[in-house]
Amino acid sequence: MDKLIEVLQQLVNGVSLGSIYALIALGYTMVYGVLRFINFAHGDIYMLGAYSGFLLAPLFAHTFKFGEFDTFTPENTLFILSGAGLIMVLSMMICATIGVLIERIAYRPLRERPRLNVLITAIGVSLFLQNMTQYRLGADPKAFPQLIPVYVIEGLGNLTILTSQLAIIVATIILLIILRFVVMKTKIGLAMRALSFNPTACSIMGVNNDVVISFTFALGSALAAAAGILVSMDSPSINPLMGNLPGIKAFVAAVLGGIGNISGAALGGLIIGILETFVVAIGFPQWRDGIAFAVLIVILLFKPTGILGRVEREKV
Amino acid sequence: MAKPIWMRVCLGVLILLSLAPHDAHAEIKIGAVTCLTGALSTFGVSSIEGAKMAVEEINAGGATLGQSIQLIVEDNGSKAGETATIVRKFISQDKVAAILGDLTSSATMEGAPLAQAAKIPLLTPSATNVAITRIGDYIFRSCFVDPFTGKIMAKFALDHLKAHQAIVMTDVKQDYSVGLTEAIVHYFDQNGARVSNTFSYSSGDTDFRTQLTGVRTAHPDIVFLPGYYTEAALILLQARQLGIKCPFVGGEGWDSPTLVQVAGKAADGNYYTDHFSATDPDPRVQKFVQIYRAKYSTIPDALAALWYDGARLLALAVQRAGSTDGSKIRDALAATRDFDGVTGRISIDENRNAAKPGVILKIENGQPEMVQRVIP
Repeated sequence: MDKLIEVLQQLVNGVSLGSIYALIALGYTMVYGVLRFINFAHGDIYMLGAYSGFLLAPLFAHTFKFGEFDTFTPENTLFILSGAGLIMVLSMMICATIGVLIERIAYRPLRERPRLNVLITAIGVSLFLQNMTQYRLGADPKAFPQLIPVYVIEGLGNLTILTSQLAIIVATIILLIILRFVVMKTKIGLAMRALSFNPTACSIMGVNNDVVISFTFALGSALAAAAGILVSMDSPSINPLMGNLPGIKAFVAAVLGGIGNISGAALGGLIIGILETFVVAIGFPQWRDGIAFAVLIVILLFKPTGILGRVEREKV
Repeated sequence: MAKPIWMRVCLGVLILLSLAPHDAHAEIKIGAVTCLTGALSTFGVSSIEGAKMAVEEINAGGATLGQSIQLIVEDNGSKAGETATIVRKFISQDKVAAILGDLTSSATMEGAPLAQAAKIPLLTPSATNVAITRIGDYIFRSCFVDPFTGKIMAKFALDHLKAHQAIVMTDVKQDYSVGLTEAIVHYFDQNGARVSNTFSYSSGDTDFRTQLTGVRTAHPDIVFLPGYYTEAALILLQARQLGIKCPFVGGEGWDSPTLVQVAGKAADGNYYTDHFSATDPDPRVQKFVQIYRAKYSTIPDALAALWYDGARLLALAVQRAGSTDGSKIRDALAATRDFDGVTGRISIDENRNAAKPGVILKIENGQPEMVQRVIP
């Protein structure tokens, strides 16, 4: 019974970590879908999301009494959640704008050039964002303000689930449902799918590809920002390089799921998160970061298109 | 005849060099290298404030060998490779009598072999890695070494907190943390207590719940956490969230305001060892804190105190040597006994390391307060 609880416990930890990777991986995969290139600055958007929350929270701290509640009660739950939700939505909007600007300034002028140019530019943008944040806001870790009270949820026996972990899982599910709706049921979502299928035919049919690409960047960056806020609620220490590793692991998750495939990215994120947690749990914490790359190597060797990816034939 | 452009440039540089001001009267030059910009800049700035204050006091107290001491400050930008370049400049261009620095162990490792080869004494006030003074007989330090920190952590836990069953959480990516862990386990084993388990994590991790779940099941009297404040803060926070109530004990790696900012209430009730505490009631310390505060309008941290002591110790050694000759200064440094510093009484041992006391601090209501001074 104890073993079962233990496994269940690590599964919960893994799913909450994996949700974060899933949210970031979606941005990689959507941009790849429309532009066929890996936006390596995406992990830094996640970092900027956390910093947006860090800078916004003091402005609303008085109104929403951040950090003043120790537990959720039936009376204050809605109040706390609306405060945290507001910070999250505002940060998502800020990062969506930044994402669109990056695409407009750095990537669009290179769209007709060889794909390698824009890939290297993305690495440059990533370094720029990291160093600019270090320069403007300092390289030392900052304490992220407490948006929701974090404590162990009672009544689950030996199973330890924190309110912050629950928040991550629930928020991720909500965001995934919204994303699914946008991509499958709206006109712009249809345009995104059309663009990823065939850009030339898409523009012949009267779709403005630039608008769709900007929208894709906005959507991906907003999800990364949400991930940044959710992570900071759970471990409230942020620094300008925090996007590095999660960014690369989310990229692996996107490849694992099949790059360009939205459900694949979410699935890949969860798998990487759960694997990582179990590697630590069975006593190999040094392998925590290694496991993601081991997975990448195996995937590239045996199934380069990923779990849900489709095979693309080279057209001659 | 038109001269090639490079000749003109050379000529220009020569003219500029000849215009450089010459010192009106000779000064004893000491080169100081630390990190004034970059990731470790907060440490570097307070270190150099401490060193400058020491040199000013020495100069105000009377000339050294009929000359005043000039501190030549250089910044390594917290970048690897810079310290070696700066030490080379100190030796060949500035012709310094001695070198103070660097701040971190890895930076000191770069510069020390060059100073050793040139037979210029180098004293680091804050690099704690054991290997540094093994580089050669011109390399000294005025702080204690990593195994000592581990020893006083373990001794304090045994004698003061009466802990007999402990757990160690080690940052396997940091030599500092691994070294401290060895010293702690060794001391516990020798004194009839038990480290029941060690858990590892890596710098940069943010989720420690997996390891902490293991800690919770073991019910230890105490948890040693010899890592740096970035991870330590999150570990303390997550430990309290999981309901682990026993005290955590850390080393000087905890010494940063960030620890309390991130961990909040979870930081209270835990202990760490350090080189110096501004809350030390010792009148010498309080006088130093007062003068420092008047000068820089902040409370001195451990690095300011260490570098203040290091700069004074080095300047006094030059005075005692009665010469700016490298080997004479070296002998004077090696003969340092019972130097009265603000970080305690310092003697240089036969391995050119400092034997000196450390302090234990307890965090209460978000403030580190000194509990006791531990003499080795």
